[in-house]
Amino acid sequence: MTDLIVLRPEGLYCPAGDFHIDPWRPVPRAVITHGHGDHARTGMGEYHAAAPGLPILQWRLGAQAYHPHAYGDAFALGDARVSLHPAGHVLGSAQVRIEVDGEVWVASGDYKRQHDPTCAPFEVVPCDVFITEATFGLPIYRWPDTAEVARDIVAWREECAARGETAILYCYALGKAQRLLAELAAHTDRPAFLHGAIDTGTTIYRDAGIPMLGTRRVADEARGGDFAGELVLAPPSAAGSPWIRRFRKAQQGFASGWMRIRGNRRRRNYDRGFVVSDHADWPALLRTVRETGARRVIATHGATDALVRALNDAGIATGVFRTDYGGDD
Amino acid sequence: MRRFADLFTRLDRSTGTGDKRAALVAYFRDAPPADAAWALWLLSGGKIGGSRARIASSGELRAWIAEESATPSWLVDDSYDAVGDLAETLALLLDDPATPAPDLPLHAWIERRLLPVANADAASRRAVVVAAWRSLAFAERFLFNKLLTGALRVGVSRGLVQQALAEASGVDIALIAQRMLGEWTPSAAFLQRLTSREAQPGDAASPYPFFLASPLESEPDALGPIADWLLEWKWDGIRLQLIRRAGDIALWSRGEERLDGRFPEIEAALATLPRDAVLDGELLGWRDGDAPLPFTALQTRIQRRKPGAKTLADTPVRVLAYDLLELDGDDLRAHPLEARRALLEDLLERHGDPRIAVSPRVEAATWADAAGLRAGSRARGVEGLMLKRRAAPYQHGRKRGDWWKWKIDPLTIDAVLLYAQAGHGRRSTLYTDYTFGLWDGDALVPVAKAYSGLDDREILKLDAWIRAHTTERFGPVRAVAHEQVFELGFEAVNRSSRHKSGIAVRFPRILRWRHDKPMQEADRLDALKALAR
Repeated sequence: MTDLIVLRPEGLYCPAGDFHIDPWRPVPRAVITHGHGDHARTGMGEYHAAAPGLPILQWRLGAQAYHPHAYGDAFALGDARVSLHPAGHVLGSAQVRIEVDGEVWVASGDYKRQHDPTCAPFEVVPCDVFITEATFGLPIYRWPDTAEVARDIVAWREECAARGETAILYCYALGKAQRLLAELAAHTDRPAFLHGAIDTGTTIYRDAGIPMLGTRRVADEARGGDFAGELVLAPPSAAGSPWIRRFRKAQQGFASGWMRIRGNRRRRNYDRGFVVSDHADWPALLRTVRETGARRVIATHGATDALVRALNDAGIATGVFRTDYGGDD
Repeated sequence: MRRFADLFTRLDRSTGTGDKRAALVAYFRDAPPADAAWALWLLSGGKIGGSRARIASSGELRAWIAEESATPSWLVDDSYDAVGDLAETLALLLDDPATPAPDLPLHAWIERRLLPVANADAASRRAVVVAAWRSLAFAERFLFNKLLTGALRVGVSRGLVQQALAEASGVDIALIAQRMLGEWTPSAAFLQRLTSREAQPGDAASPYPFFLASPLESEPDALGPIADWLLEWKWDGIRLQLIRRAGDIALWSRGEERLDGRFPEIEAALATLPRDAVLDGELLGWRDGDAPLPFTALQTRIQRRKPGAKTLADTPVRVLAYDLLELDGDDLRAHPLEARRALLEDLLERHGDPRIAVSPRVEAATWADAAGLRAGSRARGVEGLMLKRRAAPYQHGRKRGDWWKWKIDPLTIDAVLLYAQAGHGRRSTLYTDYTFGLWDGDALVPVAKAYSGLDDREILKLDAWIRAHTTERFGPVRAVAHEQVFELGFEAVNRSSRHKSGIAVRFPRILRWRHDKPMQEADRLDALKALAR
């Protein structure tokens, strides 16, 4: 039997269905797992994606030939029967299930197994071959309880407030920021201030009916306004930019799985690191592979070497697709 | 241990020096003395047990964590490569205990759990370490591992710790610094003596903290009339404190190392001083004539704990003393330099032993005359001039204002080795490409790479040191413990926006390995920036 998904220069390709998954070069037909920039790009002839993620794609990619699909609804592409299943990564994120002649492959896209109030939880989809991400594919990555981290963030803001400082929390504008706002709502009523890049994504989440902490736009505040004691969410790219200079006295934190390692925080000079990730940690990667029942695994991006060796040692034939996906979290 | 872990966490956040000091003061005020003594020991770079009392080697720790976390050893190694810190890797590979054990104080962990099994059989040592891993939450587990692997490296200088102790105890920082010199063992009793406002018996037997000069960055005219200043040559030797008290003799280097036995001719001269005294001066290789031997000659002497007759004959040494800190048991440090100096000259002239002589005054009527004399420094084998305010007391540490070093060749710096990389060709198996850093606040910032200047013997020695003191690996590059200081020479400094330090040095090379210099005393980035065009 030939492989249902192969690696092509333009991305992962399904020959039976004549479509690509999250391609990085223009192709006629793409199935998109989620709206992050390294997975959803412009230039594709048509876009198949999970319906809850459609507004995100429209924001990121503008008007395109979209084909939204409800989670679990099967549709035909060529000879392949395709369906999208929740990946638990961000709003509208999907795993791609492909079935041809009784053989089932699943491409995970990015996923996590932790609870996330902003998106549907990861669904275990039994398959023969599982294509998994491996962003955090080392046993040092084990995520703490997110509610606990949310409490730490609130306590940090209060500490900053007592010192007349602003608490600037860097986090990815799409997904992570909204998840934090949803988690924080359980621990505080004090609105957070948002960088413009985060505000747009937050509006999309609000329109989708996801309850989150109240927010205000930094840009709407009077020039020279005082943000002492406030929590400000900004994308990591804002660090060191002129935008950040308005917060005269501030501490800077970063919410990311990478903050699990002390050296990452120290190298980038963050005052605080909060371990919150939208990717699977090591135990979750192993558990997911096991639960899918896959006899073969292909790792796409991240710390693939360790995961591949560990799975092979455990008797699961595992290989690698060298993709262009990034390690942002 | 929770209290110390909290302190570590506060220090580890990249907050300013004021916050760090406040955290330290609060800790020293509240912690039980037995804990505080160990905290002081650890924050000063002390290790538990050390080479004589082994608790766990890094290989054992890796093996034990592999077993305890059911992680194959190759995956432990991969994890370590990704983290770059063994203590942290060990902590990351285990989950927190469901219910953490009741808190045990820091000193109890060390004195009741760890030290009793030092050098015991592997099974006993393993049992203690693993029990700790199983009972401690992440922050404490990480710190516990740091106790085993050594050096906390949390960006706290010795000076900052001493400031905090002084503030918490109300004891003058100079006295704290003095009581911490030399060897001590961490205990409640030691801490009590350290922070006692009463005079302590040991106070009389220990050296005084050195007063250090700052580099002169402007023209000396800014210092006011030259008549207010005493000028001396800046010798290129080893700074020494010579102590003779009631027949006891000690030689202390600035690295707080006792040099007893290494310079018997100096000890002999000290023994015959007419009065008890504590002198501050420079040890120099000196055959005869007017100029010292180059510093490299002295290096052969530093290495020898008990020099033989040949070494003594090949490299004779002498001390040129420039200050008198104590005479017949009286602490003279508060007296003006001019008064101390007069007593010093009187003492040493009566002694008349050339092996301990007075560093001569350099007479100049105007700053212009002084500049002229300074220009001839190289021919005299000196590094320039020292400018010391005649009315100033002998202070401690590097306090700007009263002691300046006015070096001739400003284009040398003492920098700390930060990274090493294997060389090419003949040197491809050796770590011979070095990156050096200077102090910027409490941090060391890389400023220069240098590939040459050491001889083959030194390269081998440094290579072995690098392998044994690697703290992190980034591909082929190793980060090393911040300990080794090198004097670098270079042709020019330019401002550069491409370099993190904001400057670029031209043609840097290693002039020498400063075994004698503690890394805290490497140069500051500001000093280099001031030279940049």
